Amino acid sequence: MEIPDLKKKLMDSVNEIWKTVFRHGFKDTPRNRALIIISNVWLHLHPAQVREHGTKIRFTWCMGGITFFVFLFELVTGILLMFYYTPDVNKAYADMADLMFVVPYGRLLRNSHRWAAHAMVITVSVHMLRVFLSGSYKVPRQFNWVVGVLLLLITFLLSFTGYLLPWDQLGYWAITVGMNMGRATPFLGYEGPFSHLLGVTINNDVRFALIGGTTIGAPALLRAYVWHCIAIPLIAAALMMVHFWRIRKDGGISGRL
Amino acid sequence: MEIRQHEKEPVELKDDRVFTWPNLVVKEFLAAILVTIGLLFYSFYVDAPLSELSDPAHAENPAKAPWYFAGLQEQLVYFDPWYAGVVLPSIIVVGLILLPFLDNNPKGNGYFTFRERKFAIVVFISGYVFWYLLIYVGTALRGPFWTFFWPWQEWTHSFPTPAPLHNLPLPLGIALSIGFYTVGLVFPLFIKKGILFRNLGIIRYAITMGLLLTMIGTAGKMILRLVFNIKYVIATPWINI
Repeated sequence: MEIPDLKKKLMDSVNEIWKTVFRHGFKDTPRNRALIIISNVWLHLHPAQVREHGTKIRFTWCMGGITFFVFLFELVTGILLMFYYTPDVNKAYADMADLMFVVPYGRLLRNSHRWAAHAMVITVSVHMLRVFLSGSYKVPRQFNWVVGVLLLLITFLLSFTGYLLPWDQLGYWAITVGMNMGRATPFLGYEGPFSHLLGVTINNDVRFALIGGTTIGAPALLRAYVWHCIAIPLIAAALMMVHFWRIRKDGGISGRL
Repeated sequence: MEIRQHEKEPVELKDDRVFTWPNLVVKEFLAAILVTIGLLFYSFYVDAPLSELSDPAHAENPAKAPWYFAGLQEQLVYFDPWYAGVVLPSIIVVGLILLPFLDNNPKGNGYFTFRERKFAIVVFISGYVFWYLLIYVGTALRGPFWTFFWPWQEWTHSFPTPAPLHNLPLPLGIALSIGFYTVGLVFPLFIKKGILFRNLGIIRYAITMGLLLTMIGTAGKMILRLVFNIKYVIATPWINI
């Protein structure tokens, strides 16, 4: 067997395996450029072609995409943090100390999770500003704006539920401030106006449902944890699917008609 | 499009379209890398806040909500918790959700323009700035007992006793509120021959102006409180505003 022959056989094998994973060739052809997008489950969130202004950062500010990326960043760092964190009032704070001083890269992990959360609140609100200023909520994209507003709320709630988890003074009293507002909800909070009309008391009002008791204690921590790590991310994922899918269905990136 | 020049294959690109790969995807990947680097660098040098173990017996002073809710907490100075913490944010959310249905101006769809939609942009930017202004005051300028301190002042526990607050008499308060909304609804009818009303129609006009006047009224109540020491405009046994 000659050497060139062997090289060709080897390349054929490599090509064959490549083709089972990626259904397009290496060559930079228009056909392959399109196939790269439409034959990839992640990339086919995008259309194969986009209007040129939609690729300009001065138009999109890249803020929606960055918000989504920061969400993924939070997902990864959040899962890693869950390995080291116990939602128990006797352990949570000690786990924080462990993360900061004992766990390898634990400090970086916790810091980046927290700062990315702040970043996400900022990027999502700048994204909203961009969409407003470019009139991208207008016909036919009204509904996607509504989904976006819900995602803004979800971002706030994700960040807010995470605030209690370290079980430190900062989080404890921040949640106390929040829950003092909750108990003042008209009709549904026990200190809110007109709550007596519905027979609402301290142990059946909306605050009670949120923190699982009349004071912020072990049930509140567990509820914050479950909302933060499971329930709200699932809701966020569901809404994001709608949000991204509707961009395509509403005609792609907005622009002059 | 450079691809047309060196490829023999026919390329069908409609209007101003370009291939997503690599034109858009490369920027997204670059943005993702830059964000990751930025976050990791910042996290390497700046520690996330962590105070001492929570203690229900010792309240933080001041106890602050997370910064993005500090604007609502700041409103607690001017309103009761049911308004500042529940009704006001609900109105904001409802207003945001309704926004695309209220703004029926066909111009400015999908491009940046101020000239073609002045009213919408002025209202939205005012609300946006108002929100962040409250956040700034609540986060940076409020010290112990939620006392106001300028950035150059040191937070102390010894400050002059705040002036006593008083309520407006109920008839005056109700008259002032009704007058405010009435004037606010009628006044725009005389600007540029009521173009706003004619463009929006009665339902959109009523909801838009209701939301806008509530935003202005919220700021107005803050001024009444700061300048005239008014605690409640409307004080009743059941509800205070």
